[in-house]
Amino acid sequence: MPVSYDLMKPTTLEREEGYDDRWTLNFGPQHPATHTTLRLVLELDGERIVDVTPDIGFLHSGFEKLGEHLDYNQYVVVVERMNYVSPINNDLSWHAAVEKLFGIELTPRCKVIRTILAELGRIQDHLLNVGCSGLDLGGFTAFLYGFNERELIYDLIEQISGSRFHPSFTRVGGLAQDVPPGWTERVLDFVRNRVPPALRDVETLLLRNRIFIERTKGIGVISREDAINWSLTGPVARASGVRRDLRKDEPYLCYADNWDGRGAPAVQFKVPIATGGDVYARFLVRLEEIRQSCAIIEQAVRMLPEGPINAAPEANVTLPNKKEIYFSIEGLIHHFEKVMTNRGHRPPIGEAYAATETANGEQGFYVASDGGRTPYRARCRPPSFINYQVFPQLLRGHQISDVPAVLNSLNIIAAELDR
Amino acid sequence: MATSDAIRALQERFPELNLEPRPLVTYADGRASDQLWVRVPAQRLVEVCRFLRDDPRTRFEQLCDLTCIDYLNFPGAADRFGVIYALLSLTHNHRLWLKVFVNDPDPTVPSVTGLWRGAEWPEREVYDMFGIRFTGHPDLRRILMPQNFTAYPLRKDYPLTGRGEREDFEVVTRDSA
Repeated sequence: MPVSYDLMKPTTLEREEGYDDRWTLNFGPQHPATHTTLRLVLELDGERIVDVTPDIGFLHSGFEKLGEHLDYNQYVVVVERMNYVSPINNDLSWHAAVEKLFGIELTPRCKVIRTILAELGRIQDHLLNVGCSGLDLGGFTAFLYGFNERELIYDLIEQISGSRFHPSFTRVGGLAQDVPPGWTERVLDFVRNRVPPALRDVETLLLRNRIFIERTKGIGVISREDAINWSLTGPVARASGVRRDLRKDEPYLCYADNWDGRGAPAVQFKVPIATGGDVYARFLVRLEEIRQSCAIIEQAVRMLPEGPINAAPEANVTLPNKKEIYFSIEGLIHHFEKVMTNRGHRPPIGEAYAATETANGEQGFYVASDGGRTPYRARCRPPSFINYQVFPQLLRGHQISDVPAVLNSLNIIAAELDR
Repeated sequence: MATSDAIRALQERFPELNLEPRPLVTYADGRASDQLWVRVPAQRLVEVCRFLRDDPRTRFEQLCDLTCIDYLNFPGAADRFGVIYALLSLTHNHRLWLKVFVNDPDPTVPSVTGLWRGAEWPEREVYDMFGIRFTGHPDLRRILMPQNFTAYPLRKDYPLTGRGEREDFEVVTRDSA
């Protein structure tokens, strides 16, 4: 028998004058269901939520101020600590903006490798999120199925950069180094043989689970108009029916046609859209995005061309590769000139904005330069921060137990929220 | 429809404001960026934004981002603060940046939260980090820094290491809490 959802529609509770049967509950900042350090002050009527006041800033560490004192390559180490669930995507966004400011065109091989990394990051983020969808409602198993495969992505990241969690892999106009031989085969093996079974496991556990469906359908609903007006992006907006994906609408890397300058077609994929606008719809969108990411990686690995990974040295912005530095005096001098504090990169005076579609939505950087070696201003448009402001709206009229479900469906990463 | 059409529509509607589009950056070889910005006076901001949001030729339904730059030492800058509105049209898939310049001692900009709800937290963040007040904002409080913080840390005259504010905060121990 189909479940009736009408009974679960939230009823909005109005504040009444002189009505003192309300109580206030502190939620967080140290609470397992908040995943990270954020605090909510809930005003309750019984178990129903009348109002929510988010209190953020516990993890604020001045990333944007730091960005004004680190050069364009150094700052990548800091930005990838924003969304630490998919660190590589922060690298890609930051250097996309820097390359826009410098006016650098990447080499085809670099574009393909960056595309693969971007999609690995998306899978990494979404696997945690769909797993946590179960965890936050009391189903621990789905979380482990998701987390197990994330471990393999850490292995892949370690193989290219030497560091499992924070690779710091991109550089202005290129990458820290080329990928090792055999890496692409391991990536292919991962997306072909490891991700699909894990997704099947998560799906069979949750998608036909009555408890899961009852606790996610109709919870935290936002309409398409509201989603646009509240500046929502990414899976949260697409679950409300907003047709917007930067990979399609403002294509970059291999999502754009003619990415190699010789007429290569863009990678083929579909952008999943749902119309429910609730927690369940966001879960479905993310699940499907993992499949599409796998398809993109398969194509990208097939089209990986030979060639240099850094933009041409005459562009005079990229660091020479390590082989040149260690084995030729010219390379060593070139490297020294790039990293010395009174030389280094000289960008034009001006500003630039570039954004990439990360797992959470549009993550963009607005970089201003006064011509010096460090940015004048390194503003990040953090999707978590922008998406989180709608949170009280989504929760009014629901119950306390819906808080973790909605929180997870927005995929709030507090490090990115507070920066 | 390209961004230039949106700017033309804007210029036709507000001829007295002299809205000249400028590229965000011009490269050394003379190429200009395809990203354009327009200078808008603070007192006309809400009017301009409402037109940009509602006119079918512009349709900037979304405020993608709202931020600020302190142009204290910036080469060629005449004003202290530039509040930057990054507008995005989902209908036409184009972007436009608006800049509103304000100066000490009373940097004040009208709030656009009445047009885009998504401006609420970014405006609070700009207030928190630069001390720019947004008139008409429903809840203009500090958002990332503590409420009793006294400085505006992203201003250029604020040092990277701080001014020792953290020493002023009360230490809460388990017994005193």
